Amino acid sequence: MEIANVVENVAFNLIKQAVIYLPEDVKQALKKAYAEETSAAGKTQLKAILDNIELAEKYKAPICQDTGTIIFYANAGADVKHLDKIENALINATRKATKEVPLRPNAVDPFTQKNSGDNTGRFIPYINWDIVPGDTLELTVMTKGGGSENVCTTGMLVPGEGINGLKKFVIEAVIKAGSQPCPPTILGVAMGGGSDIAIKLAKKALLKPLNEPNPNPEIAKLEKELYEAANMTGIGPMGLGGKTTVLGVHVEYAFRHPASFPAAVAFNCWAARRATARIHADGTVEYVTHKGRV
Amino acid sequence: MTEYHFKTPISEEDIRKLKVNDVLYITGTIVTARDQAHRRALEYFKEGKQLPVNLEGLAVFHCGPVVSKEGDKWVAVAAGPTTSTRMDIFEDEFIKNFKVRVVIGKGGMGKRTTDAMAKYGAVYGAFTGGAAILAAKAIKKVKGVEWLDLGTPEALWIFEVEDFGPLAVAIDSHGNNIFMDVAKNVEENRKKIYQKLGLQI
Repeated sequence: MEIANVVENVAFNLIKQAVIYLPEDVKQALKKAYAEETSAAGKTQLKAILDNIELAEKYKAPICQDTGTIIFYANAGADVKHLDKIENALINATRKATKEVPLRPNAVDPFTQKNSGDNTGRFIPYINWDIVPGDTLELTVMTKGGGSENVCTTGMLVPGEGINGLKKFVIEAVIKAGSQPCPPTILGVAMGGGSDIAIKLAKKALLKPLNEPNPNPEIAKLEKELYEAANMTGIGPMGLGGKTTVLGVHVEYAFRHPASFPAAVAFNCWAARRATARIHADGTVEYVTHKGRV
Repeated sequence: MTEYHFKTPISEEDIRKLKVNDVLYITGTIVTARDQAHRRALEYFKEGKQLPVNLEGLAVFHCGPVVSKEGDKWVAVAAGPTTSTRMDIFEDEFIKNFKVRVVIGKGGMGKRTTDAMAKYGAVYGAFTGGAAILAAKAIKKVKGVEWLDLGTPEALWIFEVEDFGPLAVAIDSHGNNIFMDVAKNVEENRKKIYQKLGLQI
């Protein structure tokens, strides 16, 4: 089969897997939160969330009606052939998924306010490209909900305040977001680079599994500190009060300009949908996050 | 915390029985409306035009569902709530003009809506954000759709529902608002967090 067909087929499967089945690490974190939540209102919300996850799997229907903006991350091996055909294949897969899964049409022209009806439009689905060694194409889809996107934030902090400035920025972002991003959320936090680089890194950090703290102990410590602080806010599940406000925090960084301290916080709702597969040179496909769900 | 099961149309007398933290289930008719539908409905009212559906005693649902057409029938595939704060700029007029008794959504609403709910007799029922299949399973029939020109998420979807819930009564018709209470609590907790992290306010 031609690579375009393989990619289209795999991308369609990834979108379908992502919107119906939550990744195992997110499910486990929600179950743990339900067991540990002490607020009655919060517990009711977590129970509804867990029931809903089960129903979605049973009926093979999207977990949430907001099936998100379709965002791809393509780690393309430098030796992969016909890379120029991939963009079109991803657009076709998005159109097909919108019709067949189905997905909610979520692509609107900001000038005319018209919905394209098929989740495609200028720069949408968005594709993040990385060139890596080898001949494997690794594709990840993130179907990103609007409620949690609306509270993502970037800031240019005061370099003199250092990491303390970042901590303050993150806590204030969580408090300001309150109930809006469908807590318990996952936070992607990034500093450095530039305003665009920080938010890009923060969003990409949302793809990391919850049970994998950063290998750098200093960063892992910061992640834990921010996680505990966010859960001290009392916002709770769906903002109705409780001790589960975030399920996890991932921190990323780039070096910064001496005069700048860019920072960004990306939020993902509890329905943190993502799916990954690898397409090898011989045409074999390996589903990474959703084995046995094709 | 009391559990109530109401049938639409809901009377003002019944809605006044509800207090925050009660749990409500609705059977009957609920109608979806998001930003664009709210805006158009209020424009219709201003121009003296009839809405395509009479909302008196019904529930308005902040929701843009995933729908599919099977033959000539629409089916609600996934139908959880959207963030209600975006509708805060419309909801007081909406409650006043169309006499809806329940507003269903997620994330809560502000003082303007809370005041209107106290004045005209309505409650805010928080449905778990993202719990779209739980909601869809309570939707027994799509009775109709209006204003499809706004796109499927923004159209008015008229659903026949059975025991739609659980809805956490988060704003009652007596001026109470759980989200505003949580916000006060968060303000207190912010001080403790800053102290723990060694930060200055």
